[in-house]
Amino acid sequence: MAFFRWLNHRLVVVAGLLTLGYLLLPNIVVTVFSFNEPKGRFNYEWQRFSTDAWTDPCGVADLCGSLSLSLQIAAWATLGATVLGTMIAFALVRYRFRARGAVNSLIFLPMAMPEVVMAASLLTLFLNLGAQLGFWTVLIAHIMFCLSFVVTAVKARVMSMDPRLEQAAQDLYAGPVQTFLRVTLPIAAPGIAAGALLAFALSFDDFIITNFNAGSTVTFPMFVWGSAQRGTPVQINVVGTAMFLVAVLCVLAAMVMSNRRNRRRAS
Amino acid sequence: MTTKNGTNRTKNGAEAGGDVRLSGISKTYGSFTAVRPLDLTVPQGSFFALLGASGCGKTTTLRMIAGLEEPSSGTVFLGEQDVTHLPPYRRPVNTVFQSYALFPHLDIFENVAFGLRRRGIKSVKKQVGEMLDLVQLGEQARKKPHQLSGGQQQRVAVARALINTPRVLLLDEPLGALDLKLRRQMQLELKRIQTEVGITFIHVTHDQEEAMTMADSVAVMNAGRVEQLGSPADLYENPRTTFVANFLGTSNLIEAEVDSRSGDDVVLRAGDCKLVLPGARCSAPTTAGGKVLVGVRPEKISLTHADEAGAIPAGRNRITGTIADSSFIGVSTQYVVDSPVCPEFEVYVQNIDRDPRLVPGAEVVLHWNPAHTFGLDAAQDIDAGIETVEEEGAAA
Repeated sequence: MAFFRWLNHRLVVVAGLLTLGYLLLPNIVVTVFSFNEPKGRFNYEWQRFSTDAWTDPCGVADLCGSLSLSLQIAAWATLGATVLGTMIAFALVRYRFRARGAVNSLIFLPMAMPEVVMAASLLTLFLNLGAQLGFWTVLIAHIMFCLSFVVTAVKARVMSMDPRLEQAAQDLYAGPVQTFLRVTLPIAAPGIAAGALLAFALSFDDFIITNFNAGSTVTFPMFVWGSAQRGTPVQINVVGTAMFLVAVLCVLAAMVMSNRRNRRRAS
Repeated sequence: MTTKNGTNRTKNGAEAGGDVRLSGISKTYGSFTAVRPLDLTVPQGSFFALLGASGCGKTTTLRMIAGLEEPSSGTVFLGEQDVTHLPPYRRPVNTVFQSYALFPHLDIFENVAFGLRRRGIKSVKKQVGEMLDLVQLGEQARKKPHQLSGGQQQRVAVARALINTPRVLLLDEPLGALDLKLRRQMQLELKRIQTEVGITFIHVTHDQEEAMTMADSVAVMNAGRVEQLGSPADLYENPRTTFVANFLGTSNLIEAEVDSRSGDDVVLRAGDCKLVLPGARCSAPTTAGGKVLVGVRPEKISLTHADEAGAIPAGRNRITGTIADSSFIGVSTQYVVDSPVCPEFEVYVQNIDRDPRLVPGAEVVLHWNPAHTFGLDAAQDIDAGIETVEEEGAAA
């Protein structure tokens, strides 16, 4: 009875911790095994502590090459999808045009469609166009599927924006360009940033579409998949952990910054 | 960078001003007419109110002056300059928006400095500081808008517009979101600022008290047209339509028939009552036998118990009735009197000597000085302007 009462009072905390654990456990495993020194080619069993992989992350052939390629593709795909997606979002919210309804629902299609279908049809399209598979076909495919996510994120933000803010800017002598740069863009920025982050993450770890359309190019997820057939180098865990740490650091930095700003304002 | 009014700008914006002149401007959206062709002149340096219920076209009119709405027809003049087709950022006019529209990503200082910076003025610190002091927000300069109270945000909005010394400041229901006490305070504050800076203020409101308290002249708008224009006292004392009579304060309107003329006065008959109305105060034709609405304000009426009817001086308009309801307000008592000529006569009696016999059910005589009577065209809806007031009250 006492236990149930105790649980009853802390149910939210307990549930929260369990969920967090569920989310973080895989990351912890990846991190722990990045310090492993496996026997044989597979890094699936704990042997003994070692920092070998951390001191030599590029020690495996092609790993750093594929990583850098993935980062490049992710960066360009983010840029392309964010610019195009932001413009689409503004067009959808601000203007009434004939195909608006159609565009509004079609933009969700890439999100809803099974990835493998999209991958296969893209490949068919590229082959029929006679395009050479590689960096560019992957990039085009990535921009395409990232677009929907950016549009969704930015649209939500633009829709909640008070149109009077832009009118106020115009009233205060800001021409159309100034109004956009000084008022519209800064206010839409959180939505755009969220869309860009999503796009980066989606592009960086996409496997199915990339695998279909990459030709002989090898991105990082493809490299991981390929090496998993023959044995998993510890360096993969190192890269995974590093990515995780970078993400956590970014979040922490943002939190510290907003905390400090709030405290300064309060004083 | 463009300067809005080019070379016309002097140090004191008001000097370079001139009247705001709207000539035949109208606005239609598809088949809906928001503003019917409208002529209006707002004298330079005045505090002008556009008063009306929601949807009467007052905000649309304001936005056409600001340049945020293009008129379907007509011309907007600022002084001698035709600004009809100038975009808002080229007009020497600034707006205080309803719900303020402060930039949420900028702090108070930058909000206020926005207009100056857009005009390419580099050293804004001194001016912004002075302006923030004027609206008593010097301490809050580095806060974001959402950290301020409604009243403070309102003052920022005023400062942000005024710092540009516009030729005309437009205020779109600026006090609508504030509670009653703060609203009173801000009314006086805005009036003070207007007197201090001497800029023309055009104030849009649905609150008749607000309009009367603040403005030098008021244009009462209804269904896209101006019903009547005048000083608050003139509008209140001499309404020319039932809408104005009912929308501004309360009026008792009695349907009466013209009996005869005696000198400058018109003698009317309502039921078996004889009422006298100064001919100059009647906006309707007074041919004998014609119908006229006789109006009188509730506070002009005296209430005497029927037993003492003999003590009422001669020459006053009188109506008999029964008190249906009374409510004691403190400074006054408000009575509703049922009379054969008018079902619900409102009477406000100042709290000087209270007659204990004046309770619901008592027979009374209502009487007032004929000079306080006004006459309206009986062809109008006698209840115009009443419902709209109630709607606004419910919405607020």
